Amino acid sequence: MLSIPCPHCGLRDEDEFVWGGEAHLVRPRLDCSAEEWAQYLFYRDNPKGIAFERWHHRFGCGQWFNLVRNTATHTIEMSYLIDAQRPDL
Amino acid sequence: MSRRLPTGGVIDRNRTVTFRFNGREYSGHPGDTMASALLAAGVDLVGRSFKYHRPRGLYAAGLEEPNGLVTLGAGASARPNLKLTEIELADGMEAHSVNCAPSPEWDWRSVNQLAGPLLGAGFYYKTFKWPHWHLFEGPIRNAAGLGEAPTGPDPDRYQHRRAHCDVLVIGGGMSGLAAAREAALQGRDVILAETDFVLGGSALWRGDTDTCRAIEHELRAMGNVRILTRTCVFGAYEHGMFAAVEHCLDGTYAERLWLIRAGKTVLATGAIERPMVFADNDRPGVMLASAVHAYVVRFGVLPGQRVVLATNNSSVWPVAEVLRDAGAEVTIVDARSDPAEPPEGVALKAGTLVHRAKGRRRVKAVDLLSRSGASAGALDCDLLAVSGGWTPTAHLYSQMGGKLHYTADLAAFVPQQDDGQISLVGAAAGEWGDYNIDPIWEVPGPGKKFVDLANDVTAQDIAIAAREDYRSVEHLKRYTTLGMGIDQGRTSNVNGLAIMGEHTQRAPGEVGTTRFRPPYSPVTLGTLAGPDSGMTFAPIRYLPAYGWHLEQGALMEEHGPWLRPAAYPRGGEDWQTAAQSEAIHARTGAALFDGSPLGKIEVCGPDAGAFLDRFYVGTASSLKPGRARYGLMLDEHGIIMDDGVFVRIDEQRFLVHTTSGGADRIAAHLEEWHQCEWPDLDVAILPVTNQWAVMTVSGPEARNIVHQLDTDIDLTDFKHMQWREGTIAGLPTRILRASFTGEASYEINVPASHASTLAEKILTLGARPIGIEALMILRTEKGYLHVGVDTDGTTQPQDVGMAGPLKRKTSDFVGRRSLLREDGRRADRLQLVGLNSGDAFLNVGAQVLAPEGQVPGPTDGHVTSSYFSPTLRRPIALALVRAGQARLGEEIELYDMGKRLRATITSPVALDPKGDRLNA
Repeated sequence: MLSIPCPHCGLRDEDEFVWGGEAHLVRPRLDCSAEEWAQYLFYRDNPKGIAFERWHHRFGCGQWFNLVRNTATHTIEMSYLIDAQRPDL
Repeated sequence: MSRRLPTGGVIDRNRTVTFRFNGREYSGHPGDTMASALLAAGVDLVGRSFKYHRPRGLYAAGLEEPNGLVTLGAGASARPNLKLTEIELADGMEAHSVNCAPSPEWDWRSVNQLAGPLLGAGFYYKTFKWPHWHLFEGPIRNAAGLGEAPTGPDPDRYQHRRAHCDVLVIGGGMSGLAAAREAALQGRDVILAETDFVLGGSALWRGDTDTCRAIEHELRAMGNVRILTRTCVFGAYEHGMFAAVEHCLDGTYAERLWLIRAGKTVLATGAIERPMVFADNDRPGVMLASAVHAYVVRFGVLPGQRVVLATNNSSVWPVAEVLRDAGAEVTIVDARSDPAEPPEGVALKAGTLVHRAKGRRRVKAVDLLSRSGASAGALDCDLLAVSGGWTPTAHLYSQMGGKLHYTADLAAFVPQQDDGQISLVGAAAGEWGDYNIDPIWEVPGPGKKFVDLANDVTAQDIAIAAREDYRSVEHLKRYTTLGMGIDQGRTSNVNGLAIMGEHTQRAPGEVGTTRFRPPYSPVTLGTLAGPDSGMTFAPIRYLPAYGWHLEQGALMEEHGPWLRPAAYPRGGEDWQTAAQSEAIHARTGAALFDGSPLGKIEVCGPDAGAFLDRFYVGTASSLKPGRARYGLMLDEHGIIMDDGVFVRIDEQRFLVHTTSGGADRIAAHLEEWHQCEWPDLDVAILPVTNQWAVMTVSGPEARNIVHQLDTDIDLTDFKHMQWREGTIAGLPTRILRASFTGEASYEINVPASHASTLAEKILTLGARPIGIEALMILRTEKGYLHVGVDTDGTTQPQDVGMAGPLKRKTSDFVGRRSLLREDGRRADRLQLVGLNSGDAFLNVGAQVLAPEGQVPGPTDGHVTSSYFSPTLRRPIALALVRAGQARLGEEIELYDMGKRLRATITSPVALDPKGDRLNA
């Protein structure tokens, strides 16, 4: 069970959270091409290693935030607010 | 015949406890395990083996015991597959051997021994396939497995607890005690977990118990140390999380599941001795040398008088000494050609192997073989103690992803120490000194040579796996079941993979070991479930007027988490009859429906209208205060996820109604989009479902009833899709005119705690309570869709007649772009229509046949809702039909459970298409 640093509450156990998929997806405008829409809707990076993810502290403060997690080692690099810029890592 | 020694052992000889094993009464002492007490009582047979049903005796003294599996207790609280060696003896216990019928002495499946040559590795893949493997599945399943799970509800209680510590020490032997003491003296918060009921580990038989007791005493006096005995850490997870199960003696709970988050972990889990692999090495009376050591010293039991100690290493020397001191006649049969001098009074045969154990129900003698391959005679004996070397217990380390490295000096896989969150101490780290091992993985010659006693895997099975190219250690495991189940590789893993190495010209290190997975030792489902069972597994939600409904004779039914009235049967009628008359009453008088679970979410703030425009297929921001509008919400794939009426309470406040099942989901959906996509919009989302009870009065008489309520709300000119607030009898009240019945309706909201008062008042004014079943008839007559029933994971708004609002709106909303995909514009989509089948009733799920009418063949949709309409006096149905909206009036054929039926495609609205009743 991961120990996840909520930016608002600090370290909490994984079962308080819900995983929310890849972070920093940019929602295209209504007049975008089918390809752009498909990229946004279906295509995900799924890296082995550093992954940028959204998490929701569902059974805690209720806030969404971003988390940088190493999918191979479970190391958590950092967490930051949902509307913050993607850090350079 | 008692084998208890006159003195010695960590047992309380002043007290006697009695227990029953396979129907016979035995006695032992506090401090005994059930295994040691049975051994002391002279019991040789404790079970039958997994596959061949060979007679088996005790083989070990700890968790590595492969043979002595029992069901403890009886009835619903019985626990199957416990090892005799892990059962702390208590008065009145009752145990039965598993996997033998009727007893270990007489077991009818022992005929499997005759079929032995057919039952090798992979036998069922090769044998039971003609004419079809399904034919054999049942009998094989019946024959397989060990103990039987109890069938009744578990009467025991289980607790879940969480703990945090700086240092978790796993294993309470000398190394663990020392590590715990060291950490505790540095001021760390320490948890020490030990599976056994006594601290000390192997020091209880080959160490200094006084030192153990002294350290234990010191630790127990420290405030920063928690000692958990009878606690097995069975799983290692991410970020220092460990799961452990504690066997409780306090009578409140049977077991306790611990989830422990540790800053650092010390593995002091010791090592396990390996068998030697020779013919019939599973006979009762063959036992690990370390187990013999433990039984003699810790329990004061001498398991045999004439003992052969078969070894390939020098760890058995102290075992020979204690046996000698206890009065046994001891001969060491050592595979090594040049071992050290034997202890005084102990015979030694060097360069010699045990070739075969003789005796069926108890070992009587051994045949010997010289290392050169020549026969070396025989020795009579009544106990054969074996040591094939030692293996560090590294299961938890491996679970964490730790790598094990083969060390030739120790002939063992040893964890590679790392300096991070985990450290290994003592035997778990391979620190047991030079024991001068000369590994003999498999003694040559024919016969059944067991590698894994628990799963009946022999050296021959490993040879078959090698021959059939299951060479990888993971394939070997799955093809032969080596190290699976209760063994978890404890005794079998290293011998098995080394023998595989010999067949494939690889050193053990090249073969490698499997990665271990939780649990290290079996855990009951009751422990894992803990308090989350029965009524607390998925708690039922009760309506605020629950008791009032029962007084009205409501028949309650589960709808999602809610228990809701299905109907109110009168005078012994069934619920179907009740629903029909309730539906008629709603069309002719006034009905009262409890709609309290209806999802209610307030969306407030200056941007509330703009925010909701980004969700609804229709527009929210153009709505005037006091007015309501129907809306569909889509997911980003354009699929209908919910529907409901939304109200503008005032400029900056909307009330969003969702389906009852969607209340929590839609609130979370709005919150997610607000936080993640549009944090710049100034809105707050407040779920208020539980705050308001909703009593809906519906029907031609509804208006009269509402006018008789003691209310200050102005009811004049109160039209469909309008909203007003005020009080009824002094209670804060909100009334929405919206309808799911097709009749003029008033959804009256009052604070939840006053639900019954309002319901009773409406009842006395002449309304009749109706349940969900009647409501479903009424809404189907009107063609009102029920999301998730009349829609599925492909349904988009244009499929349910909502193309109009879509065209009128230009701005973006969640899911809109997906509607513009080619798939969304197909003319042959499944669309919601009505079906008129005359007098024939269509079952939900009946398939609409494609024009060619083939069965089996392509389908053109299916019936989604179907009822008998008491008002129209005929069956009515809704269906999703391919290109349905363009096929109104067409006659179609349906197929259902072997029957063909005909129906005409109609508008979904079967009753009052103009809405005269609604606006009345």
